[in-house]
Amino acid sequence: MTALTLPSREWLRPKPSALPGFGLTLGFALSYLALIVLIPLAVLVWRASGLGLSGLWAVATTPRVRAALETSFYLSFAAALVNAVFGLVIAWILTRYRFPGRPLVDAMVDLPFALPTAVAGIALAAIYASNGWVGSIVEALTGLKIAFTPRGIFVALVFIGLPFVVRTVQPVLMDLDREVEEASATLGAGRLQTVLRVILPALVPAILTGFALAFARAVGEYGSVIFIAGNMPFISEIAPLLIIVQLEEFNYAGATAIATVMLSISFLSLLVINLIQSWSRRRFGDV
Amino acid sequence: MTRHVPALSRRAVLAYGIGAAGTAALIAGARPVRAQAPVTLVNVSYDPTRELYRAINDAFARHWREKTGQQVTIRTSHGGSGRQARSVIDGLDADVVTLALAGDIDAIAQHSRRLPADWQTRLPNNSSPYTSTIVFIVRKSNPKGVKDWSDLAKPGVGVVTPNPKTSGGARWNYLAAWAYELDRTQKNEEAAKLFVEAIYRNVSVLDTGARGSLTTFAQRNVGDVFISWENEAHLALKEFGEDKFEIVFPSLSILAEPPVAIVDQVVDRRGTRAVAQAYLDFLYTPEAQKIIAQNFYRPNRPEHADRVDLARFPQIRLVTIDGVFGGWSKAQNVHFSDGGVFDQIHRPGAASR
Amino acid sequence: MSEISNPTVASALSEPRWVRWSLILIGLAYLSLVVLLPLAAIFTEALRKGVGALHEVFADDATYSAIILTLTVAAITVPLNLVFGVAAAWAIAKFEFPGKSLLITFIDLPFSVSPVVSGLIFVLLFGAQGLFGPWLAANDIKIIFALPGIVLATTFVTLPFIARELIPLMQEQGTAEEEAALTLGASGLRAFITVTLPNIRWALLYGVLLCNARAMGEFGAVAVVSGHIRGLTNTMPLHVEILYNEYNFVGAFAVAALLALLALVTLGAKSLLEWRYGDALAGKGRH
Repeated sequence: MTALTLPSREWLRPKPSALPGFGLTLGFALSYLALIVLIPLAVLVWRASGLGLSGLWAVATTPRVRAALETSFYLSFAAALVNAVFGLVIAWILTRYRFPGRPLVDAMVDLPFALPTAVAGIALAAIYASNGWVGSIVEALTGLKIAFTPRGIFVALVFIGLPFVVRTVQPVLMDLDREVEEASATLGAGRLQTVLRVILPALVPAILTGFALAFARAVGEYGSVIFIAGNMPFISEIAPLLIIVQLEEFNYAGATAIATVMLSISFLSLLVINLIQSWSRRRFGDV
Repeated sequence: MTRHVPALSRRAVLAYGIGAAGTAALIAGARPVRAQAPVTLVNVSYDPTRELYRAINDAFARHWREKTGQQVTIRTSHGGSGRQARSVIDGLDADVVTLALAGDIDAIAQHSRRLPADWQTRLPNNSSPYTSTIVFIVRKSNPKGVKDWSDLAKPGVGVVTPNPKTSGGARWNYLAAWAYELDRTQKNEEAAKLFVEAIYRNVSVLDTGARGSLTTFAQRNVGDVFISWENEAHLALKEFGEDKFEIVFPSLSILAEPPVAIVDQVVDRRGTRAVAQAYLDFLYTPEAQKIIAQNFYRPNRPEHADRVDLARFPQIRLVTIDGVFGGWSKAQNVHFSDGGVFDQIHRPGAASR
Repeated sequence: MSEISNPTVASALSEPRWVRWSLILIGLAYLSLVVLLPLAAIFTEALRKGVGALHEVFADDATYSAIILTLTVAAITVPLNLVFGVAAAWAIAKFEFPGKSLLITFIDLPFSVSPVVSGLIFVLLFGAQGLFGPWLAANDIKIIFALPGIVLATTFVTLPFIARELIPLMQEQGTAEEEAALTLGASGLRAFITVTLPNIRWALLYGVLLCNARAMGEFGAVAVVSGHIRGLTNTMPLHVEILYNEYNFVGAFAVAALLALLALVTLGAKSLLEWRYGDALAGKGRH
């Protein structure tokens, strides 16, 4: 662990690393990224730019679009938050505890990735509708409807976001050095202290990444949401649906405008979280 | 252990290689070269025609083989009418399009010029070999006593219909309601708007397509009445059980004419014009007209259909889109465009009840 | 690992029994509600008419060609993203350079782009009305509404999975071990194969499995570029939608269940393998 004793400042730029392959791997990664992601997205922005900045702003601030954007972002944030908490718990029990059926539980976590979103939406709507397994119980107990209300959107977003947190936290947790915990324990720290002061800080970057990814994924989600949302304007309408609506009217400019607004907002939130993460990495080090 | 891992990943790479090569071989093997080359047609259609065209395609393939000896395979693509039109505009190579409304084929002509603007005059009956109309599905024994459009606007009646912005069928639903009130009030546009607004206040779920919407009504038990294509209503009774639902025919409805057309640019490039033309002409033959009635569409030439099938189509007063709304493009502009009447119905104040 | 003899230290290394079991219960309850129930709903629907009805679905040519197409797409997409993921993670985790957070954000971007938009961008590029549309038409090259378009959209959507799995882990691991190997005279490639690869193998496997699962399950983006031609450009998720829209609920859920099963089996096998050999690996591998 010699590298870690170096102050992080010295690591910034001029010092050449002893490891080879920087140019090759970065070059390849950048070209691939440009080809598959950046150029196609640039075309989107370019098409939207036909409207001009004021035109974009006008589209984004239409009451209908603003309501949909708010719904999308607010519910995505809530769903990602819930997933950050429970995802951490699940990652923890999967890596630290042995219990019957653990491999199966482990496999189940990835299901939301593997299931086509439309299938998830259909299945969730069936379960959480007023006549579904869960929906009927909840409605009998609380009188609240889940499917076809914003709560339904929330359920769908929780479903699709779950693996992100678990799968980013799990490998880090698995790789975490037990010796550090042992050291902390030997120095007289209680278990709670060790978890809060030693383990959790090491997990913060991964949790943040998982949260950010779950959030960002939820904002753009379409397939699973439309089946359970109700899609009522100003109540349960999500922003991606408005893109589809614009496309149905052959209004590419309008569609790309909403897409660009969504893209910029989620790009910025991702960037902020990645910056916080690299800051915390520098602050807390690699444990 | 350190030596084990590279071996694993090499095996994985190998497995992928074999998989890819295998699939390539399969794809190549599936296209044997024959002396009399079979021909393939692509029919891009809208959602409710799946069952109809499955029957038509079989019949036409038989007909074409008997006539020319050539084997024809018809591939179909189904989806929301607007989305399908957009795919053709964006380059989906459809030999023929059979969509829900003339407006969508107009859009193809206008945006991509893959077929001429006067396409609708090339086949009889405005290029519509079959028609349909809009009716209601209610739950068994009609607990809310729904008889006509006016019942849909009453408070406490749950109405299910898809979003007219994304569903062609839902646009017919909306316009039929509008036409009813217009007729009742002797052309009072303001009354019609309030009437349609009242109906949409009773809607709590706006699915994107007719079929998703029907599933919400039938499987999820949402709402009391579902506004439906007539052909879909019959099919739904068949699929979900006649003991659960009933069809209610309103006093007035709209004549829906789903048109068909050849996409000239595609058939000329692929050399399929003759067979594509024969395919669309076939729709007007006695054999196809019979199949059309069997699949719950109203045939153009009822004399060729079975009497049992025709008995399912009661006489309703049907108005046309040209007569009441001055054609599709005008209706589209006034009602469904950005900021049009439908959007005004859903302004914030109107939506929160 | 040293034996811990001191009892207080041992207790400080793990949680009390009750905490352990309540965490496990919370985690399992959450997973059941969010993932297990939808899964159960899918299998219940699929088996509603008995096993005989399933035969009918899978004997259908359209189902068969959908499965073949889906496997082909995954077989092209996953290796591409595997190479990219490893290269990008190497450059990002082992070196310091300005703009790193920006690069990570760009890699995350496909997660946050709505599937609707992921399809749309390729239509804007390669569609008949798109940037390259006229040129492609003139040269009779088909991209969208054909295999290349489906592969492109899938590659776009699944691009971050492997990279995202590797980056936090490799950052966590630092560069010390590779540097040690180089000091001992190993070449860069050899250091990668003998030192890095064993350290990241589980994360890599996760990444590949996830990428594969998502590639097979992607719905939204593929729906835009597929054209939905039965037996030709329909992938399994699209076929599910088609069957569902034909009121063939048993068929739709059967194909969905197959997708879920594929994911569960591969992921379960991975978990089992890891479980069986995990202890042996944990001893070595890390330090």
